[in-house]
Amino acid sequence: MPRLLEVENLKTQFETGAGIVKAVDGISYYVDEGETVAIVGESGCGKSVGAMSILRLIPDPPGKIVDGRIIFEGRNVLELPDSEIRKIRGGQISMVFQEPMTSLNPVLTIGLQLTETMMLHLGLSQDEADKRAVELLGMVGIGEPERRLKQYPHQFSGGMRQRVMIALALSCKPKLIIADEPTTALDVTIQAQILELMRNLTKDMGVALIIITHNLGVVARYAERVIVMYAGKIVEMGTAKQVYHDPHHPYTIGLLNSVPRMDLHRGRRLVPIEGQPPDLTRLDEGCSYRPRCRWAIDKCAASFPPLEAIDGSQIAACFRKDELEKDLKSAS
Amino acid sequence: MYKYIIKRVLLAIPTLFGAALLVFFLLRAIPGDVCEIRLAGTGLYADPAEIELCRDKLGLNDPMIVQFWDFVSGYFTWDLGDSMWTGKPITFEIGLRFKLSLQIAIMATLVAIAIAIPLGIISAVKQDTWMDYAVRAFSIAGIAIPSFWLGIIIILGLLIVTQHWFGAPWMPPIDYVSPFEDPLRNMSQLIWPAVATGYRYSAVATRMTRSALLEVLREDYVRTARSKGLMERVIINRHALKNALLPVVTIIAIEFAFLIGGLVVTEQVFNLNGLGKLFVESVGAQDFNLTQQLVMLVVLIFVITNLVVDILYAWLDPRIRYS
Repeated sequence: MPRLLEVENLKTQFETGAGIVKAVDGISYYVDEGETVAIVGESGCGKSVGAMSILRLIPDPPGKIVDGRIIFEGRNVLELPDSEIRKIRGGQISMVFQEPMTSLNPVLTIGLQLTETMMLHLGLSQDEADKRAVELLGMVGIGEPERRLKQYPHQFSGGMRQRVMIALALSCKPKLIIADEPTTALDVTIQAQILELMRNLTKDMGVALIIITHNLGVVARYAERVIVMYAGKIVEMGTAKQVYHDPHHPYTIGLLNSVPRMDLHRGRRLVPIEGQPPDLTRLDEGCSYRPRCRWAIDKCAASFPPLEAIDGSQIAACFRKDELEKDLKSAS
Repeated sequence: MYKYIIKRVLLAIPTLFGAALLVFFLLRAIPGDVCEIRLAGTGLYADPAEIELCRDKLGLNDPMIVQFWDFVSGYFTWDLGDSMWTGKPITFEIGLRFKLSLQIAIMATLVAIAIAIPLGIISAVKQDTWMDYAVRAFSIAGIAIPSFWLGIIIILGLLIVTQHWFGAPWMPPIDYVSPFEDPLRNMSQLIWPAVATGYRYSAVATRMTRSALLEVLREDYVRTARSKGLMERVIINRHALKNALLPVVTIIAIEFAFLIGGLVVTEQVFNLNGLGKLFVESVGAQDFNLTQQLVMLVVLIFVITNLVVDILYAWLDPRIRYS
């Protein structure tokens, strides 16, 4: 499938009182048309900032994209004039945010918030946009769409609001949807519904999807490829199957050991990753994971390990990536 | 909503009653009364019998409870009585000045809104640029400059500028004409005090608009609006401003109610015969009747303004639905 999005050496930084925070520090990845890619990592690892950088939604100041290229359909998003980036936002690439409770404007009707985007990007009249809004709400599983359009966000539950956000994201037939932890704020029972809905709708419409999450369970089920981020850098990337069953970075292994898995034997203990994520203002040139890594060696302090191929499409950034598997097997 | 409004109107009655009670007894707690001031105020000898006679005539010797009943029952039956000082009906005394004070309050409010909302928006959107600093300096100056001083400067400026350009000095007219009779003359008199007070009044509202908007611009739904590709103008006007206006509406409304009776010094500077001046005079003369009714008028205006603010709130924010 043709390339849709290509991120090259993206660096996004924030200037704070404590110094420069390198939230995203030179990440490169791609998304093909219609593909679902998951970006996984702990809070504060830069996964959201990286995604927001694609649409240049980083508040500046204090944030700044200092380096890199973001090629969307052959054009570098970072060099587009404001009028062009506005056409991409909502029209070509749309977003679903983490907080459905606060992501919709409380003083405007759902109808207005849905239709204004379609009128802007698709050039629809108010009537046409209303009609399509009704269709969209029906599509995301909201009953009585005509009546619901006249209502305000506070009359919707969290799950319903997230459905509205998905309808909004799909409304202008985008090529790519970026979902930033779309289910984190929802009840567990609703999470699966929302994810199913997003997967089915994006597959039906051939829309590519970037899911940002810290939930590896989500990844295994819904994504084709997985990108694991730690402290602003990509540490492992591969197909979901590769990353899930054959991880080659200590951090990925740590993540997998800290979530319950149905495919492994019962009674297995969950092992948390010890320690805290590093302070992003004080990173040295060594591997940022080494203080928490039980495989760390002296070499890890000297330089950040490069992302190297393991086999085919899987890559990992660890000097000892080939020894881990053996080590794990002997340990268990 | 209608139920709520009716409830609020009914609730105004105890509020007014409480205000009546307070002003009635506070006034009578001050030593002296209108008769003493009228007959002995100049420091000359006054016959105590004559003072007693005056008190009898004005009803000041009646038992307190009777006086209070006269006041309250008169208020609710629109029989406000006469001024103790001039002897003219209070409706006449207040009516004469109310139009002018109301007009200045409305005009000053419009001036304040016209200054505060655009400047507040600019200041918030261009935060920490020279435009923001200029707006903030302008509004700080508005708080710091007393409006009577600004009034004097405006009048002086008018004199100097007209002298310089037209060869003859021009001053705003002194006598009040209704805006419906001669709008031009009316405006040429009242625009200056309205600007002088409106500027001061805008200062607080500007800063409030700025800080409220800055807060709203950091909200998630503004980020959503950006991610939809809307123009910055639409994001501000449609998505942010309606959310940011709530505290600004409150400030403007409270200030408006205050302006009706509180423009004592500005009225003096511009030689206007308004309620503020009447207020001071009636208190100075210990004209109980008139002072009581003026206080009641101001209380009523506050009550009405608060009700209007509540209705505006419900209109601005659908989450607020009074029941």
